[in-house]
Amino acid sequence: MSASTADLPTSTPAATAASQYDAIVRSGYEHGFVTEIESDTLPPGLDEGVIRAISARKGEPAFMTDWRLAAYRKWLQMPTPAWASVHHPPIDYQAISYFSAPKKKDGPKSLDEVDPVLLETYRKLGIPIEEQKALAGVAVDAVFDSVSVATTFREKLAEVGVIFCSISEALQEHPELVRQYLGSVVPATDNYYAGLNSAVFTDGTFVYVPKHTRCPMELSTYFRINTANTGQFERTLIIAEEGSYVSYLEGCTAPQRDENQLHAAVVELIALEGAEIKYSTVQNWYPGDEHGRGGIYNFVTKRGDCRGARSKISWTQVETGSAITWKYPSCILRGDDSVGEFYSVAVTKGRQQADTGTKMIHLGKNTRSTIVSKGISAQHGQQSYRGLVRIAAKAEGARNHTQCDSLLIGDKCAANTFPYIEVKNPTAKMEHEATTSKISDDQLFYCRSRGLAEEDAVSMIVNGFCKEVFNELPMEFAVEAQKLLSISLEGAVG
Amino acid sequence: MLSVKGLRANVGENEILTGLDLEVGPGEVHAIMGPNGSGKSTFAHVLSGREGYEVTSGSVQFDGHDLLELEPEERARLGLFLAFQYPVELPGVNNTYFLKAALNAIRKSRGESELDAVSFMRLMKERLKVLHLDDSLLKRPVNFGFSGGEKKRNEIFQMAMLEPRLAILDETDSGLDIDALRIVADGVNALRDPARSMIVVTHYQRLLDYIEPDHVHVLARGRIIRSGGKELALELEERGYGWIDEVAA
Repeated sequence: MSASTADLPTSTPAATAASQYDAIVRSGYEHGFVTEIESDTLPPGLDEGVIRAISARKGEPAFMTDWRLAAYRKWLQMPTPAWASVHHPPIDYQAISYFSAPKKKDGPKSLDEVDPVLLETYRKLGIPIEEQKALAGVAVDAVFDSVSVATTFREKLAEVGVIFCSISEALQEHPELVRQYLGSVVPATDNYYAGLNSAVFTDGTFVYVPKHTRCPMELSTYFRINTANTGQFERTLIIAEEGSYVSYLEGCTAPQRDENQLHAAVVELIALEGAEIKYSTVQNWYPGDEHGRGGIYNFVTKRGDCRGARSKISWTQVETGSAITWKYPSCILRGDDSVGEFYSVAVTKGRQQADTGTKMIHLGKNTRSTIVSKGISAQHGQQSYRGLVRIAAKAEGARNHTQCDSLLIGDKCAANTFPYIEVKNPTAKMEHEATTSKISDDQLFYCRSRGLAEEDAVSMIVNGFCKEVFNELPMEFAVEAQKLLSISLEGAVG
Repeated sequence: MLSVKGLRANVGENEILTGLDLEVGPGEVHAIMGPNGSGKSTFAHVLSGREGYEVTSGSVQFDGHDLLELEPEERARLGLFLAFQYPVELPGVNNTYFLKAALNAIRKSRGESELDAVSFMRLMKERLKVLHLDDSLLKRPVNFGFSGGEKKRNEIFQMAMLEPRLAILDETDSGLDIDALRIVADGVNALRDPARSMIVVTHYQRLLDYIEPDHVHVLARGRIIRSGGKELALELEERGYGWIDEVAA
């Protein structure tokens, strides 16, 4: 899920605007440091009192407190989902602290205490030492000042009327917009983890693009102001008004550690008539050590609503991290002629488990959806593609194309495909293609006989396999993603 | 350049090479001919370092290196090149990108600077011209969806780009019609060079009408039973391989 990198000015960022802002980012160092003001931490446990306390500390409007409480009451009635092909010990929700200081003192004291494998990866990605500390969760006294960067960025956006801020700020400054749209795509009752998120989310991103406006730059959490530790229950809301366009980048290629094992984010996208939202993610949370210990559980609900005619929502994701990934970015194609897209690369190795896919719900006429899913499993990695394509009775002329490819490396990993297709309108056109392949010894030998090292050969073949998805990513992001994939799969062969 | 002495190799329980000797000097083109199952492809694979073959005795020296000790990529970086009988498809891997990565891996191992995109494109254009090939194959994934002739042409083009010191052509003529054969042979001839040796492995004499060898060897039951000049190939063409069994027995 989204790696909050706003306080990491030279991180290998998930941003195409990176180069153009590099200069500003670097100059940010000159402005010295700011020390985070310690805020208090609520003791572990969850009840209505805790939710009221969270809402109060954030100074939220009353409607928000009520909304959270309603979500909590419903969540209490919900069973934990058991249908996904993932295995983990039960989670003790009373052992989690739901509101905590932005910085923790109980993390590793220095890089010496951090998993050397993680440090090696940082080194390969070329991440500076100070950032390595921040990413690894080492308690640092000074945080680089990113305010100047973010401010410059925001001024530019303000000129065209784009609102880009934390959801806490949005609740203060634009409560009417939050109230109108929050939970309108993913209701609190949607699923167990979305319910929990609705009750206790602490922060996240808010984007509003006004009518007929093309957002002048790729938006990224990287440039968002004051977002350190938005933490485990993140909430993102993006609204694209009529005829507008926005591209949002989430995540960071550097593996991020977090002492919070459970992450349950909710992302809601709303595209009105003729609007387009492009949402790209690189997820590289800590997958745990070689036995899978300490890795992140990533249970995310992401959904986009193509509410207006001719609107378009496109999800692109590269998932390489986390011990467990449970994630199905979906599109509701409500408007006539609306378009939904899902492009995904998921890598599981070591003991990682991923159950991921998408849902395309066709409600409007002549709606179209495309699903391209590329799964790569190595070592003991377990992976399932789970996808639903539903064509409602009124969705005349709907079309879907699904392509699901799995690539296996070694013989201890597994890949499953669970495509669900429900068609209630006879005019629908559905295509489903699925392949499973292995990197063959012949392919590796061929590459090696041309002078390429085995690992380079694997990375080349894997990147070739993922090409259709990488093509959908913004340029710099794609380059980062390729590099990340190569590093992820080092040592995965043989 | 290449010195093979008493080479014996097994595939599983079966001994395929039974004491093969071969000396190849700089710039020489050697043809190795023989019936099916005589060990031609095994020999090519053992030289290039493919897994699945167990060398039980003998030695292979290449430019002073003990070739059998090296990994396939190390052999390639020393200047060994195998043109495959069945070139392997790499879906999604762009042909140009593949070649550039391979060439730069080789250059890097030799302490040379890596070629940038512009220099590489220039080199590529130049080599295409030498081989009279067009650039239509370069934008496609490596061998993916190529016809048999296209695959073989691509092998020759790779050879032109990687500039090996010893090229082994494993049944490059198999599956080619006469036009494709001529294109491939012309390519090989264009790459003949006093510093580059070649071993042309073939079943038929046909290829040798176009690629004229300095030496011809007959391989049977895993060893070379007769060597001679190019006239030996013609003799094989006339007499077939039937007589060999008597000699080899």
